[in-house]
Amino acid sequence: MSRNTKINVLLLLVVVALAVLPLALGLGDHKEEPFTGADGEAETAITEIEPDYEPWFSPLYEPPSGEIESALFSLQAALGAGVLAYYFGLRRGRRQGEQRARERDSDGPAAGAAEESTAERA
Amino acid sequence: MHIAEGFLPPAHAVAWGVASAPFVVHGARSLTREVREHPESTLLLGASGAFTFVLSALKLPSVTGSCSHPTGTGLGAILFRPPVMAVLGTITLLFQALLLAHGGLTTLGANVFSMAIVGPWAGYAVYRLLRRYDVPLMVAVFFAAFVADLSTYCVTSVQLALAFPDPGSGFLGALGKFGSIFAVTQIPLAVSEGLLTVLVMRLLVQSSKGELTRLGVLSADKQSRSETEAVTR
Repeated sequence: MSRNTKINVLLLLVVVALAVLPLALGLGDHKEEPFTGADGEAETAITEIEPDYEPWFSPLYEPPSGEIESALFSLQAALGAGVLAYYFGLRRGRRQGEQRARERDSDGPAAGAAEESTAERA
Repeated sequence: MHIAEGFLPPAHAVAWGVASAPFVVHGARSLTREVREHPESTLLLGASGAFTFVLSALKLPSVTGSCSHPTGTGLGAILFRPPVMAVLGTITLLFQALLLAHGGLTTLGANVFSMAIVGPWAGYAVYRLLRRYDVPLMVAVFFAAFVADLSTYCVTSVQLALAFPDPGSGFLGALGKFGSIFAVTQIPLAVSEGLLTVLVMRLLVQSSKGELTRLGVLSADKQSRSETEAVTR
């Protein structure tokens, strides 16, 4: 694994650790319902401050169940991840294509090897 | 940071809408100009929007025992400047308001103000400031994303405290209450967002040097150096 890849994997691992630690350490145990959304907690806080407050507008469409809601959330994440993967895949493909074209243009295999080592450094 | 549908009194909802609208209109114009003048950046614009889409769908547990999500607006603010993010953030918030009943149309103005306006501008300001003092690119990117994320949630707390001051302790009391729900929960998530933004920026530096140089993220002399390399090879 190149040094670059190692750093990238390490970054991901730290993010995973930051997400797993609160769960593993049971930081939600003091709550009746652990790990609810902060948005929902804010709604509760509003009704604590102003018990008479009634929301004056309701969503035009509400997912009929938790399953449908999580499906739509996954859809959102999948759309985003798909576009990101397309972008990086396209870039990588273009770079490899350009590299191959250059290798074809150059004469000896020595030039090709030089190309590859530069690409790895980048 | 999503204030739920109908949870801001009408006067507040209208006021935040009026405050946000010019930023979004101005952002839409910078976005169309960017696409017209540099059609090649459309793809990277899409990727920046996609990053916001992924991160704001990612609900993560936090030290407070509740869950929240990053915003993903720091990356686009660094690449394309904050006005463009006003549009991309609004699109994300609209998607969530219409399909997920997350946030809402009446609170869209307030949510746009915190996530798509203040967050990107605060992150961008930090980025420019750190870069001016020659802080390494990735360190500046981390703090920009961190601040963009955290400032968004601070603004949400202020918005709610303004609308619902505590009967006893007033605005500050309510700010403490909402702040402890949003801002404290958000600190580790903002760290995660900073790290993920650094990761994507590292991948961009590897894959899109030319684009980053044109956008001013990488300095031109580095580019000319690598071009010289290409020539001498």
